[in-house]
Amino acid sequence: MDLAFTKEEQAFREEVRQFFKDNVPPETRRKMVEGRHLSKDEMVTWWRILNKKGWGVSHWPTEYGGTGWSSVQHYIFNEELQAYPAPQPLAFGVSMVGPVIYTFGNEEQKKKYLPRIANVDDWWCQGFSEPGSGSDLASLKTKAERRGDKWIINGQKTWTTLAQHADMIFCLCRTDPSAKKQMGISFIVFSMKSKGVTVRPIQTIDGGREVNEVFFDDVEVPIENLIGEENKGWDYAKFLLGNERTGIARVGVSKERIRRIKELAAKVESGGRPVLEDPSFREKLTACEVELKALELTQLRVVADEGKHGKGKPNPASSVLKIKGSEIQQTTTELLMEVIGPFAAPYDVHGDDDSNETMDWTAQIAPSYFNNRKVSIYGGSNEIQRNIIAKAVLGL
Amino acid sequence: MDFDLTEEQRLLKDSIDGLLADAYDFDKRKLYMKEKGGWSRAMWSKLAEQGLLGLPFSEEDGGFGAGGVETMIVMEAMGRALVLEPYLATVVLSGGFLRHGGSAAQKAAHLPAIIDGSKTFAFAQLEKQSRYDLFDVATSAKKKGDGWVIDGEKFVVLNGENADTLIVTARTSGGQRDKSGIGVFIVPADAKGVTRKGYPTQDGLHAADITFTGVEVGADAVIGDAANGLPLIERVVDEARIALCAEAVGLMDESLKTTVEYIKTRKQFGVAIGSFQSLQHRASDMFVALEQARSMSMFATMAAEFDDAKERATSIAAAKVQIGKSAKFVGQQSVQLHGGIGMTMEAKIGHYFKRLSMIELTFGDTDYHMRRVSEAGGLI
Repeated sequence: MDLAFTKEEQAFREEVRQFFKDNVPPETRRKMVEGRHLSKDEMVTWWRILNKKGWGVSHWPTEYGGTGWSSVQHYIFNEELQAYPAPQPLAFGVSMVGPVIYTFGNEEQKKKYLPRIANVDDWWCQGFSEPGSGSDLASLKTKAERRGDKWIINGQKTWTTLAQHADMIFCLCRTDPSAKKQMGISFIVFSMKSKGVTVRPIQTIDGGREVNEVFFDDVEVPIENLIGEENKGWDYAKFLLGNERTGIARVGVSKERIRRIKELAAKVESGGRPVLEDPSFREKLTACEVELKALELTQLRVVADEGKHGKGKPNPASSVLKIKGSEIQQTTTELLMEVIGPFAAPYDVHGDDDSNETMDWTAQIAPSYFNNRKVSIYGGSNEIQRNIIAKAVLGL
Repeated sequence: MDFDLTEEQRLLKDSIDGLLADAYDFDKRKLYMKEKGGWSRAMWSKLAEQGLLGLPFSEEDGGFGAGGVETMIVMEAMGRALVLEPYLATVVLSGGFLRHGGSAAQKAAHLPAIIDGSKTFAFAQLEKQSRYDLFDVATSAKKKGDGWVIDGEKFVVLNGENADTLIVTARTSGGQRDKSGIGVFIVPADAKGVTRKGYPTQDGLHAADITFTGVEVGADAVIGDAANGLPLIERVVDEARIALCAEAVGLMDESLKTTVEYIKTRKQFGVAIGSFQSLQHRASDMFVALEQARSMSMFATMAAEFDDAKERATSIAAAKVQIGKSAKFVGQQSVQLHGGIGMTMEAKIGHYFKRLSMIELTFGDTDYHMRRVSEAGGLI
């Protein structure tokens, strides 16, 4: 048992950190630090810098542009990226559809899509949830009917994150209505510019517009856009959701936010002393730091395990990561809100418009708190995670 | 970065797990508890035979030169089996004082008897007013000729009722809450002027309140520096905290396993109660609490080797915070999920809860360690 990183790993951390210092556009970093929204251009610019360095799709197999890093290196890279902070690669392309394509797609699909995902030539979005299918995703109704050499797609998706930027969508569609619900689903990809696709923004409680409703009205999709086998889409969806086990804890994000809390709490006064010196605030902050330390260690256990024994059988501790990681993220945004106190109230109506910074960054604190309620809901709500632990780990 | 056990450590784990699985089921524990002093001499000899009592001592002292991970393995196993024998008091605490502070002569005089199981020890530290502050010492040690005279009262001394030898903290100079002027003394339990009032503790162990009245010991009774023993005390108590974290993980692990087993078999409304989602989610939360505690137990074990003293102390304090919180949750919910049967002395689950509850209050509770982490500026 050994907690230390090797010399090589430490050198790697330095290299990564230096690269971020030299290459993340300062404006992008500032906006991240202040919790502001980034424009599509800002994100894509950064991702292309990363891709040019060869780190855009770091965890992919080397033949498709991956780095061949060890589990620990991936961990270090992610931690540094989150803590710098700089935007993480677009999950929908890099972590979700990419691995599905290189694992289940045919050669032509790999050639066609993978390089464009890596360079974000296509912005991908995820067509999973529907108005009637949230946690019970397999009940989805969006239909794809085979007509000649085309799929005809009809239905509606929702909670589609950043669909307003998207060029492509990967979509779970029902292709066999007579089969048992998990069995008749296929994984189909298509252009968001197709005729019959309508995107309608949903404004979330923080005032932001990062999620959308997407409507499909007789959308025609080439037959070869099916990934893998027809009616096997549910398996690919499960593969996709199980793929990202360790990044989900977002330890680096929470660490960065705790540093920010401390910085601000040392400046803002309450009762004639800095909030940081208020015993009850201090206790809450410390409790959060301890939980985060424990989570970091849990994550390292999973990472070390993967590095040594492969990703085949996940360490049961990995199921802790989503629940605890999301709870801690929420606590940090809550603490930040407590620090700013009554000055959390001013609402920047332009807060969602990246080009129009009319208010001090502290106006982003409350929206960030409101927005972070989503992290215990998305990616399989924390209640679903508990069902999974009960079933898969405890055998209940 | 490695959280796996080495081959030798795995063998150690298998051997102690095997020994306890054979010799330490819940019914046998009840029998051991009825023996004189509340634990089994035969079991203690078995632990000695397997080399477990000599584990952390260097080979030249007759031990095996094992490290913190080995102690973690042993304590976790002992937690799982709810072991009554005084391993913490004798090997971890008293052995720790001798190991880190003892002279060659002191080691030669005492370690063989610890290692072969012929003698047990106790650490007499707690005083009426001291609570969790290790430096708060009113018991005095006054110079007399070459030796010392000890006067004072110590409370809830674990294994104090049965120990052959006591390790006692006493003030050699300064005021009650001064950080300097504290010495650590080896005192035979049958020395003139030592009075012990023994009793069982809530968790089935045994302790004693001990009065020292004009107890005379020689110059060779002092472990380390009689004028500045606090760093040694802090180091050894930190190791005991780490050991308690591991014991708690073993206790929680077994509590959860037992509880899950129970709700799979207990039927109400015609079905196993484990099929109800409210109970499933509770059990899942217990699992999360356990894994977070396990992570911090491992962290504390490794943190003992940190070079930076402040970082070391803060890390161990943080571990005790996590263990305290997880222990409370897992312990309470284990009883809750068992329902009425969990309230009985007869069922084993309540005994796990009680031991977990006492661990939280040993060498600093959650609030105490939370304050320490805070005062150190946190972990980030």
